Amino acid sequence: MTTPSQALAPAERAVQLLGADLSEVALRRHLEGLPGVDAVGLEARAASLGTRSIKTTSKQAALDLVIRMIDLTTLQGADTRGKVRSLVAKALVPDASDPSTPRPAAVCVYGDMVQNAVDALGSAWSAGKDDGINVAAVATAFPAGRASLAVKLQDTRDAVAAGADEIDMVIDRGAFLEGRYGKVFDEIVQTKEACRRDDGTYAHLKVILETGELVTYDNVRRASWLSILAGGDFIKTSTGKVQPAATLPVTLLMLQVVRDWERLTGERVGVKPAGGISTAKDAIKYLVTVAETCGEAWLDPHLFRFGASSLLNDVLLQRQKLTTGRYSGPDYVTID
Amino acid sequence: MATSAETTSSESSAASAPAASAPAATRPTSDRLSVPKTYKLFIGGAFPRSESGRVTEVTDARGAFVANVAKASRKDARDAVRAARKAQPGWAGATAYNRGQVLYRIAEVLEGRSAQFVDELQRVEGLSAAQARRQVEDAIDLWVWHAGWTDKIAQIGGSANPVAGPYFNLSVPEPTGVVAIVAPQQQGLLGLTSVVAPALVTGNAVVVVPSAAAPLPAISLGEVLATSDLPGGVVNVLTGDPAELAPWLASHADVNALDLSGAGALDWVELEQLAADTLKRVIRPVPGIAPETPQRILALTETKTVWHTKSRL
Repeated sequence: MTTPSQALAPAERAVQLLGADLSEVALRRHLEGLPGVDAVGLEARAASLGTRSIKTTSKQAALDLVIRMIDLTTLQGADTRGKVRSLVAKALVPDASDPSTPRPAAVCVYGDMVQNAVDALGSAWSAGKDDGINVAAVATAFPAGRASLAVKLQDTRDAVAAGADEIDMVIDRGAFLEGRYGKVFDEIVQTKEACRRDDGTYAHLKVILETGELVTYDNVRRASWLSILAGGDFIKTSTGKVQPAATLPVTLLMLQVVRDWERLTGERVGVKPAGGISTAKDAIKYLVTVAETCGEAWLDPHLFRFGASSLLNDVLLQRQKLTTGRYSGPDYVTID
Repeated sequence: MATSAETTSSESSAASAPAASAPAATRPTSDRLSVPKTYKLFIGGAFPRSESGRVTEVTDARGAFVANVAKASRKDARDAVRAARKAQPGWAGATAYNRGQVLYRIAEVLEGRSAQFVDELQRVEGLSAAQARRQVEDAIDLWVWHAGWTDKIAQIGGSANPVAGPYFNLSVPEPTGVVAIVAPQQQGLLGLTSVVAPALVTGNAVVVVPSAAAPLPAISLGEVLATSDLPGGVVNVLTGDPAELAPWLASHADVNALDLSGAGALDWVELEQLAADTLKRVIRPVPGIAPETPQRILALTETKTVWHTKSRL
C-alpha cells in the first residue's frame, strides 16, 4: 500500500477498459464497483435451469457434446507414466463398443507428464492445431499456488516447452482475499507471457479461481473480471482439490461475466467448471445453463469445457443406454 | 434395584391408568382423524415415492379401498439396481457370521411386529387370523433357517478338489452380485421371504418386485429390514407392475442374476432371452412357493477355485 499507484504489467484488455495509466487503484475501483450478486436469485435461477428435461435426440446430441467438451483429467500425486498412457488411450477410444463415440477435447495432466501425454497421443495430438486432442497442463504450483512468481513462471514455461497446448494456472487466492488485486493481476499477465511459444503463438491460458476458497459470490464475480482483464482465455472454477468445487450457481455467475464481456468488447472468453461433475445428468444441466446464459454459440469446446475424470464413463453408460435400449453397467466401460 | 424400579413403574402405571383412560372413554372415537399410511418404495435404505409419481390402489379381499401404493417405473428400477450395486461389496465383505446375525435380527424384529403383518395379511389377502398368523410365523422361521446357513453354506457348496500335483485346490461359492427377483404372487410375506432370504445368505444384493396384488407386507418388510442392521441398499423393494418392471431388470447389464420364481404369469421366456444377452443366471418360475433348500442358496453363487502350492516339508 506504500505505492498504491504503481503501474501494473501492461495487459491490452485492461488498458482498453480502464485507461493507459493502469494502476492498482483503478483496478480496485473497477472490481469493487461491480454490482453485488443477488445470491438467492442466482441460486434460484441455477436450480430452475437444472429442472429441464432433455430427451431422445436432444439427449443424444447433448451426450456427444459433453464428451467433446471434456478435459479428461488425472491430477494425483500418485500419477505414473502408465496412468497417463491409459488416460490417453481412453481419450483416443472412449468406447470400444461404439466407434462413433467422439473424443474428448483434451487430456489434463501435471506439467511433468506433458511429454508422456504428447508421446502417447502420437498423431492424434493437436499440436496447437484445431483438430486432434489437446494436452492441458496445470502449472503455477498447482493446486495451492503457494510459490514464488519465478517458480510459477518456470513451471509454466516447462510445460509449454514440453508441448502443452493449454495451461491451467491457479490465482493467488491469499493475495486476492487480502485485496491485493494488483498482485493477482500481474501474475496472470506474466503467466500469459510465459505461455508464449518460440514461434510467437501462445498456449491457451485457463485461469483457475478456486471458487471454493473465495467464500462469496461477489468475490467470484470480481475474480472473473480480474482474470479476463489480465488476459485469461478461459476462466475455470476449481482445482478439484477443494470442496466445494464446481457448482451450478458459481458456473452460472461466471457465464454471466463472460457474456457481459462479450457484449462489452465482442470478445469471447471460455468457462470451465471442474471437480464434482460426475454424472451425465449434471453435465446436461450445465449445457442448459450455458445455452440459456450465453447463447448456443457457446456450446462449443472452444468456449466451454468440463474438467472431469469419472464423468466420461457415466456419459458413455447413458450413451449405451440410448443406443441399445437397455441399461448398461460399469462392467462395460473402463476402470479408471 | 431392578425389583424396586419395577414396583415403581407398575405403581405409577396403575395410578395413571384410570386418569389416562377417562378422557378416552368420554370422547367419541369418530372425533379422531385416521392417519392412513403412505406405502412407498424401499430403495437404498430410504423410502422414496416413485420417480413417476404414480400410485396404484390396493383393495382388500372384498374390493374395498385399503391404501395407495407407489407404482415403480423403469427409472426407479435403475435407481434400485444402482443402490444394490453400491451396497453389495460391503454386504458380501461382512463376515458370514455377521450376515447370519443380521438375518437372525430380521427374524427378531419381524417377531416383534408380527401383529402388524397378521393384520395386513388379513386385510389384503383375506386370510383368517389363524392363517395369517401361520404365514407370519412361517416367514419368521424361514429367516431363522437362512440365518443359520450363512457360515455353513461354503462347507456344502465348496470343496477341496483332488488334483494331480502338489497343490491345494479349493472351490468356494461366492455371491453372484446383484439379483433381480420377481417374487411369488401368492402369500405375500412368505413368498417374498422365500426368494429374498436365499439371495442374502451368501452376500448378494437384491432388487425385488413383490406380489402385485398384495404389496403391503412387502413394504412393511422393508421397514423391518431398515431397522435390522441390514446395510441400506442390500434389499430394494419395487412395488408395481411386474410385467412393466421385469423386462428392464432382465435386460439391465448391471444385474447378475434373475430370479423369476413368481413370473409364471408373465412372458418369462422373453425375460430369459433378455437375460441371456448379458449372461445372467436365471431361476425359472415355480408354482407356489419353492421349498427352502441349500441348492436354492447356491443357485445364486459363483464358484471361485484357488490353486495353492503345497510346501514340501
